[in-house]
Amino acid sequence: MDNLLSIVTFTPALAALILALFLRGDDAAAQRNAKWAALFATGVTFFISLFILAEFDPSDTGFQFVEERDWLMGLTYKMGVDGISVLFVMLTTFIMPLVILASWEVMQRVKEYMIAFLLLETLMLGVFMALDLVLFYLFFEAGLIPMFLIIGIWGGKERIYASFKFFLYTFLGSVLMLVAMVAMYVDAGTTDIERLLVHQFGSATFSLMGVQIVGGVQTLMWLAFFASFAVKMPMWPVHTWLPDAHVQAPTAGSVVLASILLKMGGYGFLRFSLPMFPVGSEVMGPLVLWLSAIAIVYTSLVALVQEDMKKLIAYSSVAHMGFVTMGIFVANQQGIDGAIFQMISHGFISGALFLCVGVIYDRMHTRQIDAYGGLVNRMPAYALIFMLFTMANVGLPGTSGFIGEFLTLMAVFQVNTWVAAVATTGVIFSAAYALWLYRRVVLGDLIKESLKTITDMSRRERAIFAPLVVATIFFGVYPAPILDTIGPSVEALVGNYETALAQAKAAIQLASN
Amino acid sequence: MVAADLSVILPEILLSVFAMAALLAGVYGGKDRWAPMLVWAASAAMLLIAAFIGLRGAPGAVAFGGMFVDDAFSRFAKIVVLVSAAAVLAMSQDYMQRRGILRFEYPILIVLAAVGMMMMVSAGDLMALYMGLELQSLALYVVASLRRDSAKSTEAGLKYFVLGALSSGLLLYGASLVYGYTGTTLFSGIVQVAGQGDISLGLLFGLVFVIAGLAFKVSAVPFHMWTPDVYEGAPTPVTAFFATAPKVAAMALFARVLHDAFGGAVRDWSQVIALLSVLSMFLGAIAAIGQTNIKRLMAYSSIAHMGYALIGLAAGTALGVQALLVYMAIYVTMNVGTFAFILMMERDGQPVTDINALRMYSRREPARALAMLILLFSLAGVPPMLGFFAKLAVWQAGLDAGLVWLVVASAVASAIGAFYYLRIVFYMYFGEEDGDEVETNTSPVLYAFLMGSAAIMVLGIANMFGVDQAAAAAAAVLVN
Repeated sequence: MDNLLSIVTFTPALAALILALFLRGDDAAAQRNAKWAALFATGVTFFISLFILAEFDPSDTGFQFVEERDWLMGLTYKMGVDGISVLFVMLTTFIMPLVILASWEVMQRVKEYMIAFLLLETLMLGVFMALDLVLFYLFFEAGLIPMFLIIGIWGGKERIYASFKFFLYTFLGSVLMLVAMVAMYVDAGTTDIERLLVHQFGSATFSLMGVQIVGGVQTLMWLAFFASFAVKMPMWPVHTWLPDAHVQAPTAGSVVLASILLKMGGYGFLRFSLPMFPVGSEVMGPLVLWLSAIAIVYTSLVALVQEDMKKLIAYSSVAHMGFVTMGIFVANQQGIDGAIFQMISHGFISGALFLCVGVIYDRMHTRQIDAYGGLVNRMPAYALIFMLFTMANVGLPGTSGFIGEFLTLMAVFQVNTWVAAVATTGVIFSAAYALWLYRRVVLGDLIKESLKTITDMSRRERAIFAPLVVATIFFGVYPAPILDTIGPSVEALVGNYETALAQAKAAIQLASN
Repeated sequence: MVAADLSVILPEILLSVFAMAALLAGVYGGKDRWAPMLVWAASAAMLLIAAFIGLRGAPGAVAFGGMFVDDAFSRFAKIVVLVSAAAVLAMSQDYMQRRGILRFEYPILIVLAAVGMMMMVSAGDLMALYMGLELQSLALYVVASLRRDSAKSTEAGLKYFVLGALSSGLLLYGASLVYGYTGTTLFSGIVQVAGQGDISLGLLFGLVFVIAGLAFKVSAVPFHMWTPDVYEGAPTPVTAFFATAPKVAAMALFARVLHDAFGGAVRDWSQVIALLSVLSMFLGAIAAIGQTNIKRLMAYSSIAHMGYALIGLAAGTALGVQALLVYMAIYVTMNVGTFAFILMMERDGQPVTDINALRMYSRREPARALAMLILLFSLAGVPPMLGFFAKLAVWQAGLDAGLVWLVVASAVASAIGAFYYLRIVFYMYFGEEDGDEVETNTSPVLYAFLMGSAAIMVLGIANMFGVDQAAAAAAAVLVN
């Protein structure tokens, strides 16, 4: 299997093509076929992707399963995974069947809906596997199109505003990144990520229109990449598109957004910003740490006063992504381990939380917290699952949410105590908003007339949550499988980062002497 | 000697002979009865000539003492011009016939314009340049006002004529200055004078006026004023024609003059072109936001696209010219498809140009809406469509030449510009139906062009059908 990665990537797209060409009509039978076909395709994709995991060798820190072909304009079609990306690939293939299953109640334009999600899966997988700058950008950016349509067609009342905001915000960030990518191509003469990882970009300080640019070209390129990944992540203060997009997107769209799309930003930092622009990262690192700390506290406070459940969870996502960016730019083993772990676990937890909102939204068609209360009386199973994920979101030990937060905080503490102190208060705030949300929605007496007939979760809904529950608890108790997979690659990344930094400093000293 | 010269311009001669024979046939043979057949014949003739040019022996010949150049660059441009002109002509037959404006002069004028364009891209001399340019322009002035009983169409023709005449005047004034300061009109002679160190102030003046005249033809800001009105007023097939072939020809001519005649003074003109480019990108992106008429919108879109293409020219390198050619080829393909879609929009047999009428179009015509969606995202430069690779190419050339500010500015402009393309997607996919929808012309020709163009945008990313290599070969001839 020389082209296992391509097979995994393009299986969903192939299914989408088949659906588009051969499925006719929009009656109940056609809708059912579309759903089953999509579920089958994503299931098969997950199954094939297990081969990647099975044959993946964690001790090898290079890229594995590499495929390479010539492409137009001197670019290459090159795919491969290493310890950093392989788990994101697995997360994507794991979440997608659940997403399709969560969309079972969609009634409107089902065929197009499934096609959009299948194409989105292909593009997301491509992002994590691409080893060519332009190929990466192509997948990264093309994902905007299906997501734009998903929010715009199947979204809520304010969907138009949300979809435009989503698209234009991320598009502006990304085109700046593209400019930097082209500049890298011109500078290094290649778009091959493997070769760019060992290329040294200029880091001599120069002055641009009277402003001293410390770190030189690297800092500028770092900023251009930051413009894209910070928006995608999203980091405070460019996070404002996310609550809108989350609230308006259909449940499945929110899950994909929270579980996978946000991780592209973190992955980008790890793949590009840190290893390729070590001096730029060193210069801008403190800024990122403080932005992250502010994000954690500020968005947690904002989450406290939300009246819309999805918005609350969206803000909590921003806060949790703050831990990720913090961990990444601490740039030590613990920090990056923690950041990756936090991203994977957040993929399970926030996805599950959005699904929890979806469960009651499907029944009551409102996301207002006021409209609920006392659900535990009629929905015990739901209450249990919702509680588990609320606790995981808070970072309770024993759930996967704890490990990531703990590792990143510990890593930051070694570097910057103040940031660590500020960020830790965020943990308390997150307990406040999450538990308060849970109390208002689930606990108490069931007094609202409209809720008197609400039914507990169906078998399908339980089936969706089961894998997420298992994953959250399993990795919370026994995180070794994840940490062992990413460990060697992260170690190599940190090692290279420090070597490159030392080299750049030596070069600058040499120049100044 | 003459025989050798004639064989070099054989394609132009053949096409001119065809135009004149068609004119005779039209005059003697019952006039407009022949028109539909003439359209197809003209279209086929242009395709045949394009194939002939493509398959002819090795390029590199010069005719008439250097006035006419037949090289890989001119061949590339000619093929793009002829194929796009043939495509637009084929698309217009049904539309024009049903509205009673299909006269037999129409295909003939288009063919004559194409001959002018072929002349333009092959020009090796300021006189030959002007001759080609005027042949093209005169034909275009007439087709712009083809709909004689419509005030808007005649207005468009008149506006185009007056401003076109002004631009020709600027160009001629510049050409006379260039002649005055170099003593020759041949590009090969000018380049020898202009290539030695700093060029004289008078020559610089001449250069700037020539650039101004040509900027009119590619509708680069600040010489763009005619574009929206002419695009709106002219019959839609004519608008489609304006947006495609003449733009390629003018852009190729631009590159030819700047590199062949002023190749030694890149530093002097590069900043002028960069300014034209950045102004065009921003005006095109911002002014289109408020448009509700899809033809006006496409006018601003084409202004913005000319801005992006000019980045390749501003780079002043072979890579830049290659990027320019790739950009124009992709731009033309996208526009053919987009205008095929616009030609389909009608209500009770009357053309509709209001984008509001596209509400929920995707529900009624999912296949066509999807094709248009692909074209719109391609126009906006979103991957994985080919439009993205066009932008990538010019940005690469721009950064390679050190024009960082220009490329960053164009990145910002492209994000602003994405908005109005998305707005059409919004109407087609998210809008509410309001009972005043557009109907669709079911002409198979238009359908084929729309679908074909969209398919190229997606499938082209595999290898761009070799266009990038052909463009590289063409650029290598021009810049050395």
